[in-house]
Amino acid sequence: MIDWLPDNIWFSVGLKVFFALVMVGAVMTMAGYSVLAERKVSAWMQGRVGPNRTVLPFIEYIPFFGPLLKKLGIFQPLADGLKFLFKEEIVPGHVNKFYYYLAPLIALVPALTTMTVLPFGQLYWSDGSVSTLALADLEVGILFVFAVSSLGVYGIALAGWSSNNKYSFLGGIRSSAQMISYELAMGLSLLPVFLWVSVPGAQESGLSISGIANSQEGAAWLFMVQPISALIFLIALFAETNRLPFDMPESETDLVGGFHTEYGSFKFGIFFVAEYAHIVIGSALFVLLFLGGWHFLPFMQDPWPSNWVGSLLGVGWFLGKTFFLIFFFIWIRWTLPRFRYDQVMQLGWTKLLPLALANLIVYVLIVTLIDQTASLPL
Amino acid sequence: MNAVDLLFWIFAVLTVGGGICMVFSKNPVTAAMFMIISLVGVAALFVLLDSFFLAVLQVLVYAGAVMVLFLFIIMLLDVGPDVAKQKITNWRFGILGILLSSLLVVVLISLGFPSDFSGANNPSWPVLSDAISSGSESLLFSTKVSAFGYGLMTKYMLPIQIAGFMLLISMVGVIILSKKVARGEDV
Repeated sequence: MIDWLPDNIWFSVGLKVFFALVMVGAVMTMAGYSVLAERKVSAWMQGRVGPNRTVLPFIEYIPFFGPLLKKLGIFQPLADGLKFLFKEEIVPGHVNKFYYYLAPLIALVPALTTMTVLPFGQLYWSDGSVSTLALADLEVGILFVFAVSSLGVYGIALAGWSSNNKYSFLGGIRSSAQMISYELAMGLSLLPVFLWVSVPGAQESGLSISGIANSQEGAAWLFMVQPISALIFLIALFAETNRLPFDMPESETDLVGGFHTEYGSFKFGIFFVAEYAHIVIGSALFVLLFLGGWHFLPFMQDPWPSNWVGSLLGVGWFLGKTFFLIFFFIWIRWTLPRFRYDQVMQLGWTKLLPLALANLIVYVLIVTLIDQTASLPL
Repeated sequence: MNAVDLLFWIFAVLTVGGGICMVFSKNPVTAAMFMIISLVGVAALFVLLDSFFLAVLQVLVYAGAVMVLFLFIIMLLDVGPDVAKQKITNWRFGILGILLSSLLVVVLISLGFPSDFSGANNPSWPVLSDAISSGSESLLFSTKVSAFGYGLMTKYMLPIQIAGFMLLISMVGVIILSKKVARGEDV
């Protein structure tokens, strides 16, 4: 479809590297601004003002916009990042140096790798064909996300272990136990969704995320058809991203700082960014699976034209939904208290897992019924 | 040597090297990390064969779940480097292990290489797609996920049932073992 580009392996590799860098930049910026959103929303909920002092020297003097940007705290993420970068780097003497340095990197890499398979829009070509906007729209996309994000637990477990500190170690152990427990419920909750989308007679989409998103165009969004799956997936998403009410690994009231107690300066910053990148990617995944992705509203065709304007509006609509879900994450954090650790385990194993299994069996029966009636000569 | 060959050699060295380092490393956590590297290397080799589904399953099951449990147990029991220093006391098991693994290597090499070492496929082997469709039901060989699904649910129904039954047996075994201890404590 693009025939005016030079046909050269270095050019095509370079183009892919460029797109990957743009994607990383976009997600990292969103992660940075989620931190700002977290601080602003928490301030708003507690009747405070939040960050409102940071500003670049010249922008302050622009009439109206300067003070407005200052009040919104737009430049706060920049100041936060610089603070992490320039802080004194303290390495405690009792840590296992190699794994202590390796752990933040292992935590960040899976967070950045899962974004390669996340589709975020559609491109309408002039000849009428439509292609998905994604770095790599794999057929096994959702499995790829699960596989890579399950590697993220090593970062936290190794950080807790290498710190040689009881609190860190407890945080690391809690985190690995929690992530293993909730991964089961998360995977099981998605099986009925894929069964439903690939029901006999529907267009076969395999396990690709863009197929799921496209199946919701002009039809019901999947959280209406699969409410229990959506609920289990959302709860498991909170547990997997270590967000309150599931932030056992770093519950500061009983574990000081949890797995990152011994980490300071930029190494702590990397853990912090990885957590928010997980939130951004998890929100995007939930939007794609259950909230229609880049499609407009349930039971409605996309109102935008099938050209580049439509592509842009679709991406914008998708980002808007993602921002709403990030806000939802923050909203829950500042509303609910933290669970006790045994309650977390009990919820995962005795409530969510049986519920996910029952949900799967019910939908298997329904899909079988549809299959049988479809093959009957009525 | 083209790019795919280069990638193959990189990941093959990673896989085998990770395995060797895993055996010889003193620290159990380091050994576990090398094993993860080796498993991810195998997944990368699957990707080079265009088999994304197998690659993803390899990472999901082995690197993502099994090794996390291994690491979990190593950290919980706090297995130190001194465990690796223990001498192998029973040499019969060592000799048996060496014999079995060398036999495996001999079989693999004799099957994989034709007698003239020309590098071409062994002519006595059937083509993979023929081998799969030669049964009563013909299955098209493909790396698509649905091809795996159809295969497992039709031709390989019995093996998958047996595998599931074995998992069930092991699960029942775990429940019985863990329940016994609890009952003993109660009485």
